[in-house]
Amino acid sequence: MRYAETGFNLEIDLTRGSIERVATDPKDTELYLGGLGTNAKILWERVSPEVDAFSPDNLLIFAAGLLAGTMAPGCNRTIVSTISPLTNLMAFSMMGGFWAPELKYAGYDKVILRGKSPELVYIYINNDKVEIRNASHLKGKGSIETAEILRNELKEPKAQVAAIGMAGENRVLFASIEQGRSSASRGGIGAVMGDKGVKAIVVRGTKDINIVRPVEYLKLCNEILEFIKFREKNPIPGVIPILGVLGSPQEMAIHDEKWHTENFMWGNARTRRKDFWTEDVDKSWLETMESSRKRLISCYNCPMKCGATIKVKDLPTYMMKCFSKLTYTMAAYSDLEFGLTIAQRATEYGVDGYSAPQVMAFALELLEAGILTEKDFPDLPSTNEERFFYLLDKIVRREGIGDILANGTHSAAEQIGNGAEAFAHNNIKKQEQLPLKLSMLNPIYYLMYATGEKISITQIEGQFPQGPFATIEEREEFCKDWFQVPDDKFKQILMEWEPRGEKSNPYFPTVDMCCDIVDWQEKMHYIDDALGICAGLSSFHMKAAYHIHNLPKFISEGAGIEMDQHILSKAAKRYRTLVRAINIARGMRRKDEKPPEDHWKKRFPELEKELLDAYYKFKGWNDEGIPTKESLHDLGLDYVNEEFQRRGINNENSSDAPSKEISNKTEGEKHEG
Amino acid sequence: MKGEKKTKIVKTIKIDVDKCNGCRACEVICSSFHSSPKYSSNNPSRSRIRIIHDPIADIYVPVYAGEYAVAECAGRDKYIIDGKEYDECAFCRASCPSRNLFKEPDSGLPLKCDMCESDPTLDKPMCVKWCLNEAIVFEEREVEVDDEVKQDELEIGLEALATKFGLNKVNELVAQMSAAKKG
Repeated sequence: MRYAETGFNLEIDLTRGSIERVATDPKDTELYLGGLGTNAKILWERVSPEVDAFSPDNLLIFAAGLLAGTMAPGCNRTIVSTISPLTNLMAFSMMGGFWAPELKYAGYDKVILRGKSPELVYIYINNDKVEIRNASHLKGKGSIETAEILRNELKEPKAQVAAIGMAGENRVLFASIEQGRSSASRGGIGAVMGDKGVKAIVVRGTKDINIVRPVEYLKLCNEILEFIKFREKNPIPGVIPILGVLGSPQEMAIHDEKWHTENFMWGNARTRRKDFWTEDVDKSWLETMESSRKRLISCYNCPMKCGATIKVKDLPTYMMKCFSKLTYTMAAYSDLEFGLTIAQRATEYGVDGYSAPQVMAFALELLEAGILTEKDFPDLPSTNEERFFYLLDKIVRREGIGDILANGTHSAAEQIGNGAEAFAHNNIKKQEQLPLKLSMLNPIYYLMYATGEKISITQIEGQFPQGPFATIEEREEFCKDWFQVPDDKFKQILMEWEPRGEKSNPYFPTVDMCCDIVDWQEKMHYIDDALGICAGLSSFHMKAAYHIHNLPKFISEGAGIEMDQHILSKAAKRYRTLVRAINIARGMRRKDEKPPEDHWKKRFPELEKELLDAYYKFKGWNDEGIPTKESLHDLGLDYVNEEFQRRGINNENSSDAPSKEISNKTEGEKHEG
Repeated sequence: MKGEKKTKIVKTIKIDVDKCNGCRACEVICSSFHSSPKYSSNNPSRSRIRIIHDPIADIYVPVYAGEYAVAECAGRDKYIIDGKEYDECAFCRASCPSRNLFKEPDSGLPLKCDMCESDPTLDKPMCVKWCLNEAIVFEEREVEVDDEVKQDELEIGLEALATKFGLNKVNELVAQMSAAKKG
């Protein structure tokens, strides 16, 4: 018997209309865990670098994490992997909600889609019965609308539905896959689903998920719940409130957005409004929040309430979480009511709440700058708010200028030319980022932005504080119960980290310390992504419920795979390296690994070079960021090395030049976002 | 005949539908607890508590499996509470032919909440323990029970039988039953 996982994938060929239930190799679970890990293995083996996102040979994989659907609280993530049409690199966007556990109960760990359906279809998975069904009646329907229609016509109120809206159908390169409560938004994976002709995947399952050592596993789960209760009563002092408690940032619970609205940028990641949050704003946003929010809601088997049911006036109800609350509001220089109103339509259309608002703000900037003209926007309304609705409608239909904007700011700027490139200023690897513009380079964040292949900073950062504490007492207080650290050296770094003076950003933490810190933070996210654990209880937090000391036990007691901190770290490194190998084979190199030019005002090119050199070396990559033969061998990835050789990808070790001593400078330090 | 006043403990679960966030942890842990060996598997469709929910309509009702019903109801009512329309079934605890709820998915056999009866006894059912938002809360209440009530019930029952079958018939039957017991 297989434990925690089901041991079966569904292979669906949309071109031929064939469906197979395929047993998986337990050895792969041991080496790559599940979720993201095994997804990466499949993509490496089956999607060659010549295959682009919209090729029938591209795969679209929906995976339940290894522990998803077990008793482990907050273990519910669906990891969607494919080749991104936006970046031509591997996309692995994720969503919480209820879909992954249901897939497990139906008896599958993954749904692997290949080929293209000639007509719009949906896939209906009901335990052993799996069908490809006509979806012509759902064409153009909203994502939530689609889910409601399908649950009703199938008479399966308990079915879970992942669907695309019009944006996915029309291959908007930042289209999302929506699941009502949650969405997998990054990398344009919704466009791949649309390209394959799949409107929705409906899942219903009534089978068991097994656990190998039940009593021990229950004990671990109870400890998580106890920790959640403790943290709720005892927020971490001295940090901003959203980091002091567990969960995805509690955006739905609060109305006070002074911190975000005054520190993040408005418009096309342009303007900081330091005095935005007045008493009037506070009052009006409180009213909006209280009149629109019907209920705080959870994901599967998680006591946190990170989402909310939102109903603005007489618009249809939808569900929201986290920062999409503010992205539209801030991009349009508007207010919360506008943000919640347009998010309703955007959710039905199915677009990425980070990219879409920035694309629209970018278009309006180009108009203002005269690079685009009024001829490009026939019948453009006069107010910013109306213009955003106008643009959203054009983009998801790929009408007029919308057809270009639907390709994201990077490609749209290239197509428009005439200096438009400078306006696509907030991208990493062609993808829009959170609107943050700061003063002093933060070396830890520099590395995370540059090398993170998950593209969103919130999915890379977390375990280590974003900035130093002012006093020794605060640091001691923080370190006192910081048992989540893998090694006490991290406490030492935090104790020494000063807001200013010699031991402050950007030269402290030192280059070597930064490598350690970034590697640790990234590793924790990669582990979550394979297991299906929400970062909100785990890697996004400094003092999380799940950490490197209890995670191996969850795997051994739950899935019956012998595990300790070392084996787990190595497994995470293995599939993390495989993600990189996929991207390297697709042409990603050092030149692509950089934060937006204007992310910080004060940049330090020499230090940045040194950081990247050192981090690459730390990771076992050469100075182009390519995993070396030795490191691949060490991870049991000789097959990757062979493929590199066959393709003439030079992964020779970089020269062992001694790193230069750099004197510490005294520079003021800014708190990173 | 006057009965003695007695007290007994009634186990109650208070359900606050406003506090439910729809996480279904109750379903997970219920089905885990009732698996064999305990906690060795989970499967909400075997759970003896289910959340009847419709997120768009903002309906969240945790319901416990009650008695098995052979037939479905003849008519079904709708309740409108705070402007939300609930199907009568949303509050019904029966395992009945009209729905898939509270039946073993393989055999179709009915399921019933047993308040996590076990040895040693748990201080409260597992679903309550795992509901950190306190949408379901366990309470033990001491209630006074009056024996007299039972006497009343017996009298009413006998009277009904006497009216229907005649007092003689009832007498005869009681005599026969007594004889049979003695024999």
